[in-house]
Amino acid sequence: MDSNLLASFGSVFAWAGPVVFAVMGETLTEKAGVINLSLNGSIILSAMVGFAAATTTGSFFWGFVGGAAASALVAFIIAFMSIGLKQSQVAVGYVLTLATKSLAYFLGAPFIGKPVMQLPLVSIPFLDNLPYVGPVLFNKTLLTYLSYLLIIVCYIYMFKTSKGLILQGIGEQPAASFVRGANVNRLRYLYTILGGALVGVGGALYSLSVKTWNGQLTGIDGIGWIALAITIFGGWHPIRGAIGAYFFVFLQWLGIALQPLLPNVNSRIFQVAPFPLMILALLFVNIGNADWVDRTLAGLPEDARKIISRLIRGMRTRGPAALGTPFENE
Amino acid sequence: MVSNRTEKAGGFGNILRTLLTNRFSSITIAVLLALIITWLVVLVMDAPPLRVFSIMVNGSVGSLDAATQTLQAWVPLVLATCGLMFTFTAGLWNIGMEGQIEMGAICAYGVIHYMTGTPTPGYVAITLASLAGMAGGAIWAYMVGLLKNYGGVNEIFGGLGFNFIADAFLLYLVYGPWKPEGVAQGSTKMIDAQYWLPQLPGSYLSLWSLGLAIVGILVVTFVLKGTYFGLKLKAVGKNPKASFMMGIPTSRYMLLSFVLCGLFGGLAGSFQVTGFLHVLRNSISGGYGYLALMVGMLANYQPLIGVPISLIFTALNKGATGLVIDLQLDTNFSGVIQGLLVLCVLLMDGVRRRLTKTFRGVQHG
Amino acid sequence: MDVELVNIYKTFGRVHANDGISLKVKSGTIQGILGENGAGKSTLMKILSGFIQADSGDILLDGSKVVIQSPADSVKLGIGMLHQDPQDFPPMKVIDNLIIGSPVGLFPNRKKIIKQFEELQKQFNFAISPDTYVDTLTVGERQQLEILRLLWLGAEVLILDEPTTGISASQKALLFETIRKLAAQGKAILFVSHKLDEIETLCSQVAVFRQGKNVGSMVPPYSTEHLVEMMFGKTIARSEKTCDTQDQINFEIDKLKIDDRRLVIKDVSFQIRRGEVIGLAGMEGSGQAMILRALAGIIRPTGGHIYMMDGKPDGRVDLAGKHYFQFRNLGISFLPAARLEEGLVQGLSLAEHFALAEKQEGFLIDREEVEKLSQQRISDFNIRGTPESRIEELSGGNQQRAELALMRNPLRLLLLEHPTRGLDIESSMYIWTKLKQRCAEGASILFISSDLDEVVHYSDRILVFFGGRVSPAFDASLVTIDQLGQLIGGKGWS
Repeated sequence: MDSNLLASFGSVFAWAGPVVFAVMGETLTEKAGVINLSLNGSIILSAMVGFAAATTTGSFFWGFVGGAAASALVAFIIAFMSIGLKQSQVAVGYVLTLATKSLAYFLGAPFIGKPVMQLPLVSIPFLDNLPYVGPVLFNKTLLTYLSYLLIIVCYIYMFKTSKGLILQGIGEQPAASFVRGANVNRLRYLYTILGGALVGVGGALYSLSVKTWNGQLTGIDGIGWIALAITIFGGWHPIRGAIGAYFFVFLQWLGIALQPLLPNVNSRIFQVAPFPLMILALLFVNIGNADWVDRTLAGLPEDARKIISRLIRGMRTRGPAALGTPFENE
Repeated sequence: MVSNRTEKAGGFGNILRTLLTNRFSSITIAVLLALIITWLVVLVMDAPPLRVFSIMVNGSVGSLDAATQTLQAWVPLVLATCGLMFTFTAGLWNIGMEGQIEMGAICAYGVIHYMTGTPTPGYVAITLASLAGMAGGAIWAYMVGLLKNYGGVNEIFGGLGFNFIADAFLLYLVYGPWKPEGVAQGSTKMIDAQYWLPQLPGSYLSLWSLGLAIVGILVVTFVLKGTYFGLKLKAVGKNPKASFMMGIPTSRYMLLSFVLCGLFGGLAGSFQVTGFLHVLRNSISGGYGYLALMVGMLANYQPLIGVPISLIFTALNKGATGLVIDLQLDTNFSGVIQGLLVLCVLLMDGVRRRLTKTFRGVQHG
Repeated sequence: MDVELVNIYKTFGRVHANDGISLKVKSGTIQGILGENGAGKSTLMKILSGFIQADSGDILLDGSKVVIQSPADSVKLGIGMLHQDPQDFPPMKVIDNLIIGSPVGLFPNRKKIIKQFEELQKQFNFAISPDTYVDTLTVGERQQLEILRLLWLGAEVLILDEPTTGISASQKALLFETIRKLAAQGKAILFVSHKLDEIETLCSQVAVFRQGKNVGSMVPPYSTEHLVEMMFGKTIARSEKTCDTQDQINFEIDKLKIDDRRLVIKDVSFQIRRGEVIGLAGMEGSGQAMILRALAGIIRPTGGHIYMMDGKPDGRVDLAGKHYFQFRNLGISFLPAARLEEGLVQGLSLAEHFALAEKQEGFLIDREEVEKLSQQRISDFNIRGTPESRIEELSGGNQQRAELALMRNPLRLLLLEHPTRGLDIESSMYIWTKLKQRCAEGASILFISSDLDEVVHYSDRILVFFGGRVSPAFDASLVTIDQLGQLIGGKGWS
């Protein structure tokens, strides 16, 4: 592989940073049983707020704090409306998707043309000299490293700590968690807001490292929806989710890399193509949940049935059993 | 015990409770709340709120020209809203409306593209284009329904997926086979004037599309309120299990609601081509599909209430375009108001229901 | 630890679930709590375990008053409850199920916990692998896991709510052995059950609950007759059999088999005659609900036949395996107990329900016709409401009458789940009058009820269910309450 292509391939891991943050945030939220559908709007709002805060204060730190706060606030509204007022999470989330996107473009207009702030690259000593791996993984911004770390932390938190087990519990069987002493609704508030904050960091990361804010932030619209799809595709598992995020960005990169080979096809098609692909990937992980499949399989000979059902079972992902349903103690 | 406490809270508490629990005053409070927040947002932007208001009114209904433009833009929004009433009634979130409008536009343009140069009279071509648009929208919606019923893919994600596919397909067409001579600019060449829906002189408004939109409203209202089909759809949306027990084939009704919805979306898309833009171009659906979902929610899923609300929403959109020129504010201001309106209505509805619930509890106890 | 509950009151709406119950359990004893469905057993246990709070009354542990506001409180005080429906996390591992909610620090030391778990389960001869997923365990194993978890958390008082539902005979034997061991260790055990033989073999004393009250207690040697009498009350009025049971056979059930994950029912054969009422008695979950749903075409039997006689000599159609809608069109109607979940549509008016239920002609709704029909049905069935009333605005009794009013004509078979549950006497009687009219018109009725009075009073014949087994049909005018009570409690099955 020549070094140019290698460096370009390395950009996958930088570009994927925002998606990874968003997917981890949404995974945490949904594990607790709440759907934050507003991602596609709140991530844009956070990108705007993050950029505005950073250029105003001149500090990246406040940029990320601003971005995180914006999406955390949106997440709080969803939690309050769905847990406190029993409104549909889908309805509230959908409205916020559109509202926050409009708000971002409206409030962000004055910041068009403000000096660009680009997170500096930090090479990790020794590791960046590794052949191949070095330039691809270890010559990145701090936040990109943080995104690697976040995947691992999320994984350990969810599956190895006692608090993570309770998190799984309240999304899976809230009543049983309550029996074991968990304050289900308070924890749901907490994880919704925390997940929102992570999504916000992702948004700020986008405008501070991937593409800068110029009014209509190119390439970010749709990413929120993709992050929601990847959360499902990844089976609500941080590592599978991260793989999904990298895979999506890889497809985007592939579009750009392949373009010179197919000059007749317009570049915008390559940019759009990964989106439907990711969504349709949901078909593979969901089809095992449809009841006609069971019925059809029942009619097949024993051997074929075993093989096919094992295949479907392997692909299938199951969401937290209480996802999207409010919990009320009798 | 609880009732004593509320009685002691006295006059002000009671008045507040009445205001919050009455349906009408609760909605009024919601609208006021949305306006106050909007006002704050305007202040944040250092803009004079009254100027903003007057520009928006002038830009949307201030002149005959503005008013016809608003009406013109109302047509696709109200058609999309009408279609969504079917899926809302069946308890479904057809977020794929955007793609269904796009497919309608693609199919309509396709018909005209291939008829250009043939001796087909204009009105025949326009009719065929509208029908093709409806078919395109319906097929696109049907796919989402199939994905939901047989693939287990939630209609929100299925709909988004097909939106993305429609986007990609449209891009492919306008940059590929239907590219006009010269540099590609994300748009086809303009269709011949004989394939344009007749417009009022000096405006973009076509009485034909306006008329059909009104017919659409009446048809939807009639089907949902006056037929067994509409009643069954309502039952399916409210309780699929009990509906099945009552002998209604629920999944077939859900699929049918998608198809009907797609017909309306497709028609809206075909009008974008034959009645307004006269080209096929990138994002021809104009966000009407996404916006129509909000209209439907704010209208509490009632087609007739959707009529004034969609009109207000288009007026906001039209009015906001003036803000760019006069105050250098972004046109997305309308989206902010629309979002805040729906959000505040949901908020006050939640408050009202919560209060009435506890109130009832006190009465029983 | 000694447990004492003093004068516990708890109401749900108008139902007095616990009406001044007092109970005292000494450490080291196995206290049986016996009663019908709805007698107030589960409510009291949920109060003790903090799942719900009493309206009034005191809880004393070792003589001192305690306040239990939440399950977390009760766990801290050493009270553990094994719920009737396993309160665990099926898609998660056994070891994770053990850890959730226990005070083990942020990073639980799994190795240490597994060791403790293995030691604990060796004491009771359990063999659950800590690394398997809970959804692969049997109900009995899930129970064992839950018991181990409670003991691991240091429970001194154990509440077991109907613990033998859905577990195998060997698991039951193991469970009983475990319970005895625990009592010997000095734990106080509250064993809630409706099964007489279990109570009699296991418990050192028993309290009987009826209609929210503690109606009496007994120590060994137990007299089954006396227990049954306390459970169900003494007086049961015999019915006046209003409709003449015809000799004509309507349906014939032949070797029906139904598989459910929790229960297998097989070899069920009986005949249903025209105009007859068959009551299905038994504790909830004994299989009667599955039979009813199979006869309605909602669940598909895995074997056997449901023959419907078509009037000609030897002419019959097998309905097994056909679609629910075909059952419906043949005049087989099912009234679910969960009215607002399965029977009626919240948000629709009465008139809209009537419009939906009728055979529809044409595409358009004839408003006048529907209005007329609704008015008539409303007065026929004495429903308090108008055609425009939404279904959720009606009271329970009126909803039930509305469900009956939705039945089409003619009917061949009417299947009812708890037709009068939660209704006052007047409503119940009214509903039965309407049902008897249907019988007189030739329909057959099968109904489930946990109210033994109702079963004996209104049935022509009675089938008793226990753990998926079905008794032969008893003539309702000959059978005694004691006989039925024993069968329901699992005694006298060969």
